[in-house]
Amino acid sequence: MIAVGTTPPVIKAKQRPGDRIFSAGTLLAGSLILAILAAVAVFLIVQALPALVADPADISGGEGFLAYVAPLAFGTVWGAIIALAIAVPLSIAVALFISHFAPRRLASALGYVIDLLAAVPSVVYGLWGIGVLAPAIVPVYVWLTENMGWFPLFAPPVSGTGRTILTVAIVLAVMILPIITALSREIFLQTPVLHEEAALALGATRWEMIRTAVLPFGRPGIISASMLGLGRALGETMAVAIILSPAAVVKFALLQQQNPNTIAANIALSFPESYGLGTDTLIASGLVLFVITLVVNSIARYIINRRKAFSGAN
Amino acid sequence: MVATTDTRPMTNSLTAGKLPKNTTVLVLAASLLILTILFVILQLAGATDGFNYVGAIVLGVILFTVAMYAISLAVEGPRKATDRLASILVTAAFVLALIPLISLVFTVVTFGSARFDIEFFTYSLRNIVGAGGGAIHAIVGTVEVTLAATALSVPIGMATAIYLVEYGRGRLAQAITFFVDVMTGIPSIVAGLFAYALFVLFFGPGIRMGFGGAVALSVLMIPIVVRSTEEMLKLVPNELREAAYALGVPKWLTIVKVVLPTSIAGILTGVMLAVARVIGETAPLLIVAGFTSNLNYDLFSDRMMTLPVFVYNQYVAQGQDAQAYIDRAWTGALVLILIVMLLNLIARIVARAFAPKIR
Repeated sequence: MIAVGTTPPVIKAKQRPGDRIFSAGTLLAGSLILAILAAVAVFLIVQALPALVADPADISGGEGFLAYVAPLAFGTVWGAIIALAIAVPLSIAVALFISHFAPRRLASALGYVIDLLAAVPSVVYGLWGIGVLAPAIVPVYVWLTENMGWFPLFAPPVSGTGRTILTVAIVLAVMILPIITALSREIFLQTPVLHEEAALALGATRWEMIRTAVLPFGRPGIISASMLGLGRALGETMAVAIILSPAAVVKFALLQQQNPNTIAANIALSFPESYGLGTDTLIASGLVLFVITLVVNSIARYIINRRKAFSGAN
Repeated sequence: MVATTDTRPMTNSLTAGKLPKNTTVLVLAASLLILTILFVILQLAGATDGFNYVGAIVLGVILFTVAMYAISLAVEGPRKATDRLASILVTAAFVLALIPLISLVFTVVTFGSARFDIEFFTYSLRNIVGAGGGAIHAIVGTVEVTLAATALSVPIGMATAIYLVEYGRGRLAQAITFFVDVMTGIPSIVAGLFAYALFVLFFGPGIRMGFGGAVALSVLMIPIVVRSTEEMLKLVPNELREAAYALGVPKWLTIVKVVLPTSIAGILTGVMLAVARVIGETAPLLIVAGFTSNLNYDLFSDRMMTLPVFVYNQYVAQGQDAQAYIDRAWTGALVLILIVMLLNLIARIVARAFAPKIR
């Protein structure tokens, strides 16, 4: 409290017991979050360790943990990437429709309707995917394999049930569409009005205005929104577990009977009947999934934060 | 092109080289009509069994898009044509995004109403093989697990948000913000594995209990509560805090009596939405709460059924009379969707009812 040189003395607020208790309480809660996250990592590692150090012959499949988890990791990433390829263009268009094309009075209501898609539980998407989408889409798959079978992704033989990785990807795309749409919509609405008006004043049509003013402004936002959607698609469990007819294969073909399973779905399917080392192996694969989503989400956050620093639009 | 430039040279009018306003509707009607006629002919010729609605509509919209682009290109020029093409594609994307929602709601309501009866809400599945029985055990489990998860995560989440907004400066606050973001991205199944790993340490392998499910759900719920509460607290004007300090009110009382009441509507809305988000989670409960046919009120012992797991289990483990199991699954899905919609609705009403009254 001693003033040094010319600096004025700092007047400290009086600290009452209530203040101390309250601030300490909130600090404790904040630290608890760090503790929980650390606990998630530590407990998963502790439980996964037996599987990581076990004799390769003891792991399911008999070739060690890496050989066990590799096809699953491939299926996880492959399914999520296809879902993203379907969802991103669609989401950008839907977000543009709500922010720039729909009548102003309807816009927020339409946004709410799209948000409803996010409120549907994933197990219901699973039921819908296998009960409605899969049977309905089989004719399309048959047509694709017959007419475009030369294309590696659509290689025959076609699955008769429609329980393929493409069906899963479509359902995943529907699930992540509201997330990407909501975030991109917010970004598009933040476009400086002066940029838009300047483009229109120079004679641009609405599409040219969007292409020159809105999309360049929103690009980092779109990228990070897509990454967050990707993170969601990677971790999605029940829809995949219900719809997919899985096999331990690494295959790019989209329409066949044998599809690469995903980590999350494999855990959900195998966990209830697992014991001993089997449980540890599943937890270890969960750890791999955790790391994958962590990396994807961190990249998304990094892009968002970098953008914040640059644009000042916050 | 020729006709326009000949009859109407670009001399004065601002409307020159523009299509009349109703062109879009007319072209759309015409293309759908053409495709309808085409498919009727195909049907009469026996090439398709039944009228192909999907084909007619999809091809009709494609024809409309192409025709519109061509007409606009001829009359209005390439820039206008591209603009129209973009409008059509964007609108089509929106309609396409609505199709799954409509189909899903329609399916769940139609299939779900088959068993939407009193028995479903009053019976469990104990000793039931085949038709009959209900989901009371799952509904009780869902309510208990979700309430426990809310009781765990709301105090922690709100206190953390208060710390971040009112107290937090420097490294620790930055670290908490970052790790809350990280937590948002934890896959639900990993949260379930975490809860399982935690309880195995205390109770040994193979442990299943409802409280474990609550812990898993709160791992998913805490970051949502922190995020929404933080946003709401940031909206409280600083003038209110400064006015309270000027009157000599301690900081903690300012927060409790001024900041929180001002933002309580938004905070409650955020909590309701967080509950709606986690109540449909299946994977973590499947792992750590397990499944059973019996009614179990005790969170701390034995397996506990929950509604999402009930839906999943009925569908994948179909018994002799498969249709009975499928019906129960769809009805469970319907109940689940109704609960989520109800929570969303309540959240909106709460937001409106508790909003600070400004005169």
